Amino acid sequence: MPIFTFRDPWSDPFREMERLRRQMERLFEETFAPELVRMRPGVYPPVNISEDRDNLYVRAELPGINPVELEITIHEGNLILRGERKIPEESENVNYHRRERESGFFRRVVALPSPVNPASVEASYKNGILTIKMAKPEEIKPRKSRSRPPREARHD
Amino acid sequence: MTEKELQPKVKTEAPAKAERVRPGRVFLPAVDIFETPEAITVLADMPGVTGDKVTIDIKENHLFLSGEVGPPMGPGETPVVQEYYTGDFQREFHLGSIIDQGRIEATIKDGVLRLKLDKVEKAKPRKIEVKTA
Repeated sequence: MPIFTFRDPWSDPFREMERLRRQMERLFEETFAPELVRMRPGVYPPVNISEDRDNLYVRAELPGINPVELEITIHEGNLILRGERKIPEESENVNYHRRERESGFFRRVVALPSPVNPASVEASYKNGILTIKMAKPEEIKPRKSRSRPPREARHD
Repeated sequence: MTEKELQPKVKTEAPAKAERVRPGRVFLPAVDIFETPEAITVLADMPGVTGDKVTIDIKENHLFLSGEVGPPMGPGETPVVQEYYTGDFQREFHLGSIIDQGRIEATIKDGVLRLKLDKVEKAKPRKIEVKTA
């Protein structure tokens, strides 16, 4: 019986290669995304922000929420999200094995990375994900340049 | 009345047990599991999962749950800020009782899966009388 055991990469080289490949992939993904700001959320709910030419999108995972109770406000370049997650009580004679899902209220301010038109905000709630779509004002949209051909052929 | 403020949590990645073919991350959904004498109910938070993307596999008292999540953004969007990762959900449990395969109720609404698993009726305890000669 060996007293010391350590992982010998040659005992299963393919598995080790696969592990290394994944690690590299993750490192690459995390290093070479210069425009993407990765933040640790300080306040609930964590949000992801994305954009296209015309709109800015803010998404948050809010499973099991009544969308009627969500309050979404745009104020001076900030998006304010308020709401409450309620978890209804089960009947009294149940006993819990796990209780990880949490209820409570939230109030979050998200500083928007670019100005938006407050009149154009659309919010939708689907499968527990909140999506807020906000139009960028005309003056900050990138202008189409005629001298350059489009980079990608359109498929649609 | 004291209200509780929700705290942000970083999603926990599921331990890799089998090699995956589908790319992307896999997370453990937060669950509530409660029991009555007749049934075990599992509630799992799986935002972004639709009913047709849920897999429930039960073998005796072993429960495997998974949900596939669609693309996190619309076509043509580029990410600007990322505070949470997206990916599929997967979790396994060994339940204390044998589950009746024929009576499983599963519903998913607003990203919350509710699974009611009825227990198999066990043989009732019998009292054995010892005959005296």
